[in-house]
Amino acid sequence: MSDLLKAVEAPVNPNIPELRAGDTVSVHVKIKEGNRERIQEFKGTVLYVKNNGTNSSFTVRRMASNGVGVERSFLLRSPRIDKVVVERHNIVRRARLFFLRGRTGKSARLKQKFS
Amino acid sequence: MLKGLIGKKIGMTQIFDENGAAVPVTIIEAGPCFVTQVRTPGKEGYSAVQLGFDEVKPKRLSGGELGHLKKSNIPPLRFLREFAVKDPQVSVGDQVKVDLFTAGDSVDVIGTSKGKGFQGGVKRYHFRGGPATHGQSDRERAPGSRSSGTTPGRVYKGARGAGHMGNDRVTAQNLKVVLVDVERNLIGVRGAVPGSRNGLVMVREARKQ
Repeated sequence: MSDLLKAVEAPVNPNIPELRAGDTVSVHVKIKEGNRERIQEFKGTVLYVKNNGTNSSFTVRRMASNGVGVERSFLLRSPRIDKVVVERHNIVRRARLFFLRGRTGKSARLKQKFS
Repeated sequence: MLKGLIGKKIGMTQIFDENGAAVPVTIIEAGPCFVTQVRTPGKEGYSAVQLGFDEVKPKRLSGGELGHLKKSNIPPLRFLREFAVKDPQVSVGDQVKVDLFTAGDSVDVIGTSKGKGFQGGVKRYHFRGGPATHGQSDRERAPGSRSSGTTPGRVYKGARGAGHMGNDRVTAQNLKVVLVDVERNLIGVRGAVPGSRNGLVMVREARKQ
């Protein structure tokens, strides 16, 4: 790609570590309420990471109350993301964990990876 | 005042605005352009500015082109384009840069659309084609009727149909400038711009603001 395009694109956010599918993460999102800014946490499992330059994104799934699954996608270089904390790595054998969508409770667990 | 530039389409990407929303932008490398001629009502009968862009080796130009530029001590330039301007406020030899524009301005971007070759009516004019079922054969992308019957007994001139598509001069109107980088001679406009990457484009102040 042209260097001139890279020059205007948003830089990589240093507060986001390398993410992998299956990671349990907590995403700190900046939210504007009027002229006040606060930080909201979104905690869940990374379903997949899309690496596509400035359009890179990742999707996090979490269980809300009543067993309703909530998925939220974030642009990796978005200035709205304050930081991302990886709480644990899990053992997964595929890059996109769509199978988690059909599972709840015990069957939706992932084994932790220690390294 | 002159508010126009010649440039090269670099490509599309996305940037984030102050609210953190992703904005699709086309990056254009515009200028620095030289004012190569100022046309006046007194001499040429109308008022315009001729700009030149893209410095090249002298041997790439014809003698006439070279002479035209040499007269005003301007380096050899590949492209010359005219911009209609009422009161130019520039003189021959001046350099104009992207600082003519600021973020938030509305501009028109003129380019040559990508050539598509000879195309049928469905792609070229969004004809709907024929039905896919009910016993039809070979009618899925057929144009249907082009005109009336015995009266007038011919197809009206200019009737839409298959033909050459693309490679036309196209103006994208009222695009918002979202980014101006004077150092790198870059200008970013919201949305798409006609033509392929590295294609020549003209950027001017929007006519219909």
